[in-house]
Amino acid sequence: MDYRDAGLSDAEYAKIKELLGRTPNELETSLIGVMWSEHCSYKSTRGLLAAFPQQGKHVAQGPGENAGVVDCGSGWGLAFKVESHNHPSAVAPYQGAATGVGGIIRDILAMGARPVASMDGLFFGPPDSRGQVALASGIVEGIAGYGNAVGVATIGGRTFYDPCFEGNPLVNAFNCGYVRLDSIVSSKTARAGCLVVLLGSKTGRDGIAGASFASKELDENSRESRPQIQIGDPFEEKLLIECCLELHGRGLIASMQDMGAAGILSSSSEIAHKSGVGIEIFCERIPLREEMAPWEIFLSESQERMLLIVNPEKFEPVKAVAERFALECIVIGNIVEGDRYKVFKDGELIADLPHSILGDAPLLDWPSSEPADLAKRRETSVRMKSPDPARDLLKLIGAPHGRERGEIWEQYDCQVQLRTTEGPGAQVSAMTVPESDGLVTLSMEGDPWKCRTAPFTGAAETMAQSLRIQAVSGAEILGMTNCLNFPSPDNPENYYELSECVRGLAAVCADMECPVVSGNVSLYNETPRGGIYPTPLVVTAGLVPHFAYFVRCGCAKEGDVIYLVGPTNGSLGASRWQVLCCEPGAGQSAPRGVTWEYNPSMERDFAVRARTASRKAVVGSARVIAGGGVAVALAKEAIYSGLGMSANLGSLDMTAALFSEGGPRALYFVQPANAEKFSFIWDGYPLMSIGRVGGESLRIDGAIDIGLDELRAAFYFGGLLDFDPKRGERK
Amino acid sequence: MRSAIVVFPGSNCDRDVEKALLYMETGPVDMVWHDELDFPEKPDLVILPGGFSYGDYLRSGALAAKSRIMGVVRSHADSGGLVLGICNGFQILTESGILPGALLPNATLRFVCRPSYLRVERNDTPFTCSFPEGEIVQFPIAHHEGLYFLPPDDLEELEKNRRVIFRYADPESGEAGEDYSPNGSLHGIAGIINERGNVLGLMPHPERATVRGLIWGMDGRNVWHSLGEHFNVWEGR
Repeated sequence: MDYRDAGLSDAEYAKIKELLGRTPNELETSLIGVMWSEHCSYKSTRGLLAAFPQQGKHVAQGPGENAGVVDCGSGWGLAFKVESHNHPSAVAPYQGAATGVGGIIRDILAMGARPVASMDGLFFGPPDSRGQVALASGIVEGIAGYGNAVGVATIGGRTFYDPCFEGNPLVNAFNCGYVRLDSIVSSKTARAGCLVVLLGSKTGRDGIAGASFASKELDENSRESRPQIQIGDPFEEKLLIECCLELHGRGLIASMQDMGAAGILSSSSEIAHKSGVGIEIFCERIPLREEMAPWEIFLSESQERMLLIVNPEKFEPVKAVAERFALECIVIGNIVEGDRYKVFKDGELIADLPHSILGDAPLLDWPSSEPADLAKRRETSVRMKSPDPARDLLKLIGAPHGRERGEIWEQYDCQVQLRTTEGPGAQVSAMTVPESDGLVTLSMEGDPWKCRTAPFTGAAETMAQSLRIQAVSGAEILGMTNCLNFPSPDNPENYYELSECVRGLAAVCADMECPVVSGNVSLYNETPRGGIYPTPLVVTAGLVPHFAYFVRCGCAKEGDVIYLVGPTNGSLGASRWQVLCCEPGAGQSAPRGVTWEYNPSMERDFAVRARTASRKAVVGSARVIAGGGVAVALAKEAIYSGLGMSANLGSLDMTAALFSEGGPRALYFVQPANAEKFSFIWDGYPLMSIGRVGGESLRIDGAIDIGLDELRAAFYFGGLLDFDPKRGERK
Repeated sequence: MRSAIVVFPGSNCDRDVEKALLYMETGPVDMVWHDELDFPEKPDLVILPGGFSYGDYLRSGALAAKSRIMGVVRSHADSGGLVLGICNGFQILTESGILPGALLPNATLRFVCRPSYLRVERNDTPFTCSFPEGEIVQFPIAHHEGLYFLPPDDLEELEKNRRVIFRYADPESGEAGEDYSPNGSLHGIAGIINERGNVLGLMPHPERATVRGLIWGMDGRNVWHSLGEHFNVWEGR
């Protein structure tokens, strides 16, 4: 095999020869090639990611393990991480998405945690062609098919549509699990004398070198990459979860790793590298589904396998547990003294590398330059004024971006394991914490449009928005995980956007004391038709110390006073309204304009007051201003609460007052009896009483008067179909 | 009341049922692995929980129906012991012939997870004695194969013998029937009982509407309450 086929550059190959002091053999070349791929090594981004703050009072395990862990009280930790499965889902939607869910669940399991909840960030092309609809439904069915069967609830997520994702959909799978803080599994605990044990499925040719596949652009030949797509079996995974948790609970294993990208190779070399020990793997012992060459065995991404490190005297009980679950359990190697990663086949040494060479790929430093048209993206050509706000509102809540996504999330089991306190459809998802009255809250955010027009402020706004949602729900911030979806970094303009977005996220994390505990980078999201917009996706985890403090949305009561907290206007630049409604005529325009400028002191002020409002229990319902601005927030609140609203925004620029986005702003719905206490909390922060809850329609003075039925019809069905307004659901 | 929850490989609501029973304080609960030869102690109630036993391979419930523990479950039922099959458990009961009929893929051909409204058709069974008759309750559903099917003659017989216990219904009018099936179930059938009245199978999940503070209510409590009353669990408290 030529080193270039292994994905190595001339410079990298020269470096390898220098480090080894010899020419690597073919197997060694392919092993290093995969471990040095972008997907496994983060060689383009490791330098950038160093900007993320990783410390925090709740952090029990920061980046560097399979997932991060934060302390959520009463001795329990929350392990969580988000990971992309974009390329596989583009080629094989069902299996790509399914194995994305399966893979992230095993990451959480590898921390010793019971996986309890998933969320999914989905970015699709517009659902106006058969191909796009088929792709999207395949992905959704894949997530449902795997997640439901494996018994992990899908409790939220995000769906976004833009032409830039046509042919390059994004599937970002998030999972989290609970682990006792005193029993977090580490990959640093392998000791010489331990056995290396393979648990689970046989190894086959599926997903060979998937990591390298994910580190290239998609092209017309990508469909031929089908053999690089893994096939998932949630039944096997469910057995694996129960088996591993029992083994860990009984103290039978020294460490474990999931097998994701680059399968046996990456899991075993990581454990050796992090534990500072040597490892020997005996190729012929690995159970195979078919005849395979050693390099294929090491790079195979066959699903539903775990690598266990076991003390020899505990192997018999481990094997007995595995047998009860009908799982294959084979010793494939030994942990030894030293620093070598050795592979044997029938007694012959066929690869012998220092594990550091596998674990420490040299960093790549890409040239960066501001996109030539960046200034132009901030300009707007048409006048930012809505001739018909009512029509625009219906369009916004009926568009795929804005309308109710029941057709997606009704396919997900959002309840299994009996923890879900707030599920799909709400701004924040919430679940109970074991042995406590607290709730863990999760918020997933991503806004490619704002990141396109202003990479730094767009990413900052994405991150800030997630934290606002946490604060309004009453949650303390525990930590964040992220998935950075970008096009090829070898284009200097792309690299500029990537580094600016990372800087934006990092700035907010530092200012708001939100540690980053895990994450994933997906580059090369590009087809011959072009790259995706920069799409950093964040998931924040929060803790509401007692369920009584949890502030929900969609439960306003008749007679409630409606408050708008924060500045009257955000920004119309790259807003839903600008993209979907601004151009005359139908159709979507490119995101343009100036977005909200991130203001750290205002964000902090907002967060403190929002949490105070939760603790004083003076709030009936609350909703952070998100896509579509105040108008959409009022409309959604009216629909979910089943009540009309009347409001006066008292603004000269009605379009901006209705539809502008960004900034620490929220709607609060407060009983008149609590109004004084509520106002007191916000004294010194922009606060306006804008109206009352009641009636049968949404009325905004001088702009909008739409009946609840019409709103529901738009929201649930895009204004179409057999909708039953009385029950608020389809007939 | 001693309950035994059968755990098949791939079951995923076993712990949820256990949680609900412990929450309701109905008495000791044994988790019984599918290849056991007998229950650890003679149970009053056997529960076949929801999930994907054996990965739903071949057909939902088909493989579980042939597993070793099912022989014991069958003799428990034959001797008049109570058996409750929820979701996949209902599918296992029909596959093993303990209950009649079959559960076919939903009419939408999609998995569906949402609250469903049911009318309690009878309250003279051990499983429903705490419900007011005709009450409309909300239990969550989560299944891909929930369309209850029975040939027309048998269906008529089933109805005649009043063996339909839960029927999908409209929460406002109280009407029940096929029009309100979220899955296309014939006659809106959500749960049926055997002739002797000791084996109940239902697609909706009462255990998911039991614990306080979770989404979709607590109407399922009355199933556990009925069983507890039947066995006088709380007598003297």
